[in-house]
Amino acid sequence: MPAMNMVQALNSAMDVMLGRDPDVVVFGEDVGYFGGVFRVTDGLQRKYGAQRVFDAPIAEGGILGIAVGMGAYGLRPVAEVQFADYIYPAMDQLVSAAARLRYRSAGEWWAPVTVRAPCGGGIFGGQTHSQSPEALFTHVCGLKTVIPSNPYDAKGLLISAIEDDDPVVFFEPKRLYQGPFDGHPERPAVSWAKHPLGAVPGEHYRVPIGAARVARAGADVTVLAYGTMVHVALAAAQETGVDAEVIDLRTLRPLDADAIAASVEKTGRCVIVHEATRTGGFGAELAAVVQERCFYSLEAPIERVTGWDTPYPHAFEWQYFPGPARVGRALRRATEG
Amino acid sequence: MDRSPVLRLHIPEPKHRPGEAADFSHLRLPRAGSVERPPVDSGAFAMRDLAYALIRVLDDEGTAVGPWDPQLDADTLRRGLRAMALTRAYDERMYRVQRQGKTSFYMRSTGEEAVAVGQACALERDDVVFPTYRQSGLLIARDWPLVDMMCQVYSNSADRLKGRQMPVLYSSRAAGFFSLSGNLGTQLSQAVGWAMASAYKGDHRIAAAWTGEGATAEPDFHHALTFASVYHAPVILNVVNNQWAISCYQGIAGGDESTFAARGIGYGVPALRVDGNDFLATCAVTRWAAERARSNLGPTLIELFTYRATAHSTADDPSRYRPADEWEKWPLGDPIRRLKDHLVGRGEWSEAQHEAMRKEVEEQVRAANREAEAKGTLDRGPLPPVASMFEDVYREMPAELRRQRDELLGGR
Ligand SMILES: Cc1ncc(C[n+]2csc(CCOP(=O)(O)OP(=O)(O)O)c2C)c(N)n1
Repeated sequence: MPAMNMVQALNSAMDVMLGRDPDVVVFGEDVGYFGGVFRVTDGLQRKYGAQRVFDAPIAEGGILGIAVGMGAYGLRPVAEVQFADYIYPAMDQLVSAAARLRYRSAGEWWAPVTVRAPCGGGIFGGQTHSQSPEALFTHVCGLKTVIPSNPYDAKGLLISAIEDDDPVVFFEPKRLYQGPFDGHPERPAVSWAKHPLGAVPGEHYRVPIGAARVARAGADVTVLAYGTMVHVALAAAQETGVDAEVIDLRTLRPLDADAIAASVEKTGRCVIVHEATRTGGFGAELAAVVQERCFYSLEAPIERVTGWDTPYPHAFEWQYFPGPARVGRALRRATEG
Repeated sequence: MDRSPVLRLHIPEPKHRPGEAADFSHLRLPRAGSVERPPVDSGAFAMRDLAYALIRVLDDEGTAVGPWDPQLDADTLRRGLRAMALTRAYDERMYRVQRQGKTSFYMRSTGEEAVAVGQACALERDDVVFPTYRQSGLLIARDWPLVDMMCQVYSNSADRLKGRQMPVLYSSRAAGFFSLSGNLGTQLSQAVGWAMASAYKGDHRIAAAWTGEGATAEPDFHHALTFASVYHAPVILNVVNNQWAISCYQGIAGGDESTFAARGIGYGVPALRVDGNDFLATCAVTRWAAERARSNLGPTLIELFTYRATAHSTADDPSRYRPADEWEKWPLGDPIRRLKDHLVGRGEWSEAQHEAMRKEVEEQVRAANREAEAKGTLDRGPLPPVASMFEDVYREMPAELRRQRDELLGGR
């Protein structure tokens, strides 16, 4: 099986779907000739032509607006927003149109739109190239929200998203594009080449939307994480020696509550980790679900480790980023009680 | 029977791509001095031709000609020349320190210096500017200290923005320079709002805002034109058409179908299109627009036609999407060389003086950089105090944020 990094895996997903389905079109700012500022669409215009893979004007609201219109016609548009931080001009099209078109027309119209956007910090992008706005989308009924943590899942989930008849917001943790970053910027970068989940089939396959994955089995505490934080949580478990069960959620909405409950009922303890700001973050929803489903199994308060409630500061990337030390301390607190 | 042709989707393509020779012979460039100068109270419709023309003052010999010649004295021109040269030297130095790993990122405005510096020349010092990242020349033209700018680029201990913003996203209330946004376009409608407030208060100050041609596709540009038109806001809206928006040529923003200046006409906003590499012309059109705004006649839209000579940013490689020789072939030349030639032609400057000035500004930048680096660099510090990251989210730090700050400091 070919080793792929996350950029190549995502590229392969679009390649496969463009090849299989003439209704798939790919567009966004710098996506066509150039192949995207992160190179995720590299070579696709050359292979499938500018009618199917093209550059869009700098207008995220317009990009999502035409995506909804194309979807209404019957195409399967895959739109890129260059950074998740620039998705806000598209909010109205996503929230008021894409998410509700099926509902408001009682199933007459729908828009099977996939929006890809790189998210998260770790590249010194400051407050406008580092955000994790997933909770703004998980709050919207009618949208699905997906965040992969590795190349294998990234390809399989993106294919599922493109084939899905509902709109999917697909966040790509940009710090994972080249390797499984575990929150230690001082260490040499690791590539996906030797990672088991960097082995990615070249052909079509799906990873289902709505199914979590156990990234590490363990007995003492459940860690709920997604995206980059999966790798940080794994590092924290290793560094502290706490036998944590790390659940990679993969999809935030629909949420695999059964997988969460099964693990927390077993361990009796839960630590929730995300890079996004704390207040009103997706961790709050997760804590509520755990409380509803597992109240009588809980032996300690649920811990949350998150980004601080500030914009992402350029100079303090690593003090802001919830790294393995902070996650490790939460693991200890959760297991000591 | 339907006899209409099969529909086809049009995807615009630039004339030339890497590996091909650049060729700008398709551009229609009116002769310098050939475009009329209407009275400042003209309406958008009456002066619509100017949105499709190109106002030029300097001819090929470097002589100032025609009705748009702003008749600037030699001292003003020498100051402008120096500010442009300083902007370029500053950009080169900061580009280099980024390459050395001393900061994370940098963006140059090389080839576009006559936009910021020429336009600053026509504004009052207390007019407030709402620029993009490519108008750092505004700060330099307003004599803002280079060391202060550099400290922002390094996010160091003396950075007034406390290390929060990426390099070049400056802010200087004291220089009338609005906090730069990474989110494209937002400053445009904000400038209109500032200008409306100035009018509401019976103030005398006007606002000016800039956008790249690429970001004119954002709704904010259209909000700005609509609101400025409706309320006759005393504002100058500038589109810097430097031909490229990262890898997308200006046709992707709609430039093949019309000019960016012409966008104004539909909103009833008078529009001027100007040679952006001609210092005299950029200053002249901005004066015209400023006079209009100050006389309660309302907004003006200006398209500055120029070329982005270097990469979009330090994260970009233009050889992947445009011919390597475009800048050499750019028919409107280098703004610094053109103003220099003009001054030399007037007997107000010489090659030797120019060379001496070039060395002087380089030394000035080098000295400033030594001073700034002594206050810290992003890679080595010292940086602002880490606890400062929790400040200014709100005016008063809420209890939950104080708790988070203590958690960070306590390593809990
Ligand atoms: C809302 C938003 N969308 C996308 C981006 C990413 N981006 C940064 S600069 C840029 C190109 C801007 O081109 P243009 O407006 O022509 O200005 P130039 O860089 O050429 O001066 C893009 C797409 C952004 N910063 N903000």
